[in-house]
Amino acid sequence: MNDSKQSGLKKAGLGVFNWFERRLGLGSQVAEMSGHPTPVSAASWWYVFGSAAMVLLGLQVMTGILLALVYSPSASNAWPSLQFINHNLTLGWFLRAMHGWGSDFMIAIVLIHMAQVFLFGAYKFPRELTWIVGVVLLLLTLGMAFTGQVLRFDQDAYWGLGIGASITGSIPVVGGPLVKLLLGGPIIGGATLSRFFTLHVFVIPGILLAGVAVHLLMVLKLGINEWPMPGRLVRKTDYEKNYAALTKSTGVPFVPDAAWKDAVFSAVIMLSVMGCAWFLGPIGPTGVPDPTIIQTAPKPDYPFLWIFAVLAYLPPELETPLLLIAPPLIIGGLLLLPLVAGEGEKHWSRRPVAVLMITLIAVVLGVFTKLGTYAPWSPQMDAWSSYTVPAEYLEHRTPLERRGAVVFQEKQCRDCHSLNSTGGQRGPALDKVAAEMTEDQIIRQILQGGGNMPAYGKALNPAETKALTSFLMTLHGHQRPAKDASLGTMPQNGTHPAAPVAENPPAK
Amino acid sequence: MSHPSKDPQSPGQDHQAGVISTEWQGSEQERLDARPSETSRRTFLFKLAVGFNALVGVVMAVPIFGFLLGPVFKKRDDNHAWISLGSIASFPKGETRLANYLNPVTGPSDGETAKVACWVRRTEEDKFQVFAVNCAHLGCPVRWFAQSKLFLCPCHGGSYYEDGTRASGPPPRGLFEYQHRTQGGALEIFAGEMPTLSNEACAGKKPLIQVTSANDERRPA
Repeated sequence: MNDSKQSGLKKAGLGVFNWFERRLGLGSQVAEMSGHPTPVSAASWWYVFGSAAMVLLGLQVMTGILLALVYSPSASNAWPSLQFINHNLTLGWFLRAMHGWGSDFMIAIVLIHMAQVFLFGAYKFPRELTWIVGVVLLLLTLGMAFTGQVLRFDQDAYWGLGIGASITGSIPVVGGPLVKLLLGGPIIGGATLSRFFTLHVFVIPGILLAGVAVHLLMVLKLGINEWPMPGRLVRKTDYEKNYAALTKSTGVPFVPDAAWKDAVFSAVIMLSVMGCAWFLGPIGPTGVPDPTIIQTAPKPDYPFLWIFAVLAYLPPELETPLLLIAPPLIIGGLLLLPLVAGEGEKHWSRRPVAVLMITLIAVVLGVFTKLGTYAPWSPQMDAWSSYTVPAEYLEHRTPLERRGAVVFQEKQCRDCHSLNSTGGQRGPALDKVAAEMTEDQIIRQILQGGGNMPAYGKALNPAETKALTSFLMTLHGHQRPAKDASLGTMPQNGTHPAAPVAENPPAK
Repeated sequence: MSHPSKDPQSPGQDHQAGVISTEWQGSEQERLDARPSETSRRTFLFKLAVGFNALVGVVMAVPIFGFLLGPVFKKRDDNHAWISLGSIASFPKGETRLANYLNPVTGPSDGETAKVACWVRRTEEDKFQVFAVNCAHLGCPVRWFAQSKLFLCPCHGGSYYEDGTRASGPPPRGLFEYQHRTQGGALEIFAGEMPTLSNEACAGKKPLIQVTSANDERRPA
């Protein structure tokens, strides 16, 4: 047998392998790890997300290294270097697109992985530390997303840093020094970008990769969570014994019995990333990060849109306390979860609170993210000059009422109030305002503001106010205009000028 | 997991521990035998070495953290200076206009970001107000709308009246306002840090008695 040519080659190959094996000893360990017994129930399609997240991390490292070949981490050159990658380098745009979409996919998969682990009770004894390390990995992943967004040094990144600095600056006592530490100097500039580059390229990936190694090591040491069964309670006294017995009797080797599903899913995810990259292209950069160009409406990337939305809806007085208290509470809760609920039922059908929590969190994050995509709370800064008053709102109107429509546009009312579904959505749509408010109420609201609207008393003269009110009074749809009920008993005087204007002429 | 950790079996090899070959015996054994029976001296030396190392570590930590925290310990006056926004003639009475300046402290790679924008309002011949563009809520750039006499923020809809006071929306206060003065026909402001709720580049504070040394020579060319 040894004499045949083929086995001679084989023998040589084996010799080389053995040479390394004798010195490294890796082969046997890899073989042992990949063949580790897994409960047959855990060789499931539900258990593929962790490995997919790891493969995505690999993609991010790879594409990141390639981008770093060209990217210039200086405030003066970052933006041009991104344009250069997008437009001047072969497939540069595709590399950037893969890195960008890979980041979104990674966060999504990590969150799904986390929800699955939570619903399957996999964080319970003895896998508490695996969960805790996982929470840290989630935070690091989000940290990568935020720092990565800064490296795409465009207008959104610049003003996004401003938002970060402003939030940091609202922390009592240490806020000021922390802002300077964050920015690396007195303003957002070159020092800021290079420290985010350092975080994104050296610090966080280093901790992330080490964390993933620990996470994976614990999965190998403790075994993959068995498929939960209702009524099969986790007890610290006998879980390990039962798990060992279970894997002994029903265990299958991870490779190939379970691993093929991981491999298929990871491949599908990779194809999806490439698909998004190819068809949707790279993310940004938007405008050049010139602080003197203020015609911009900065918005964070997808993973942080929900925070953007929450900050819009919080009452001002609650904002700082909530910003300072909520994150430690949420992160602390996640970290402590397995220590508090480390035993007991694993199956979701017997953990209604867990299911409810996941549903609630998913709905809340989903709704706020969706709201963040179109930001109804933001004024539409150019609505006043870019939309016309709908023609039907001008037909059969008096000259005064038409003059009022001009005032409506000219005074930027449209930036916050829509007509015929165009215009800002910060304030209510005014298509039927006269059916909802009386003339007096409208005048009062315009002049004194309130309820999130500035007072326009100083920005309107009496003639403008009169015209504007006349125009608004024509907007009542098919309903009759609202009327003060107390006036019904008095003689009808439909056209008298509004009393508050006459009594309180606005200043100037 | 139920796997006992085993030494990897080197293929084609069986290594038997415990029996030492004859040619290996000798010097090591002699050294071992020559060791004094009590180990207190070596334990002491080890502890001393650890202590020495810790000391070196502490000394080394000074420059490391000093470098890292350098920006934090910069005093306000190190960052601030009086900066000209140009001739007062370029700010007509009764108007609010956008002005730019180069930050007094800049780095070699700041590029465009060394520039800062601000809003200048001139109410009377010698009365000015200079506002930061940064919204007091989260620092987004506010825009001036002369027709409705409002500053509007594109991010969360904060709005301010022409004098910088808060009109509506989430901002907890009015616009940040720079200290200013007129010097030789030019409007100058005292600036240098990004205004946030935490620093004093903002109004509402008592006006600083300004040190005159923080003056023109510190302005970038």
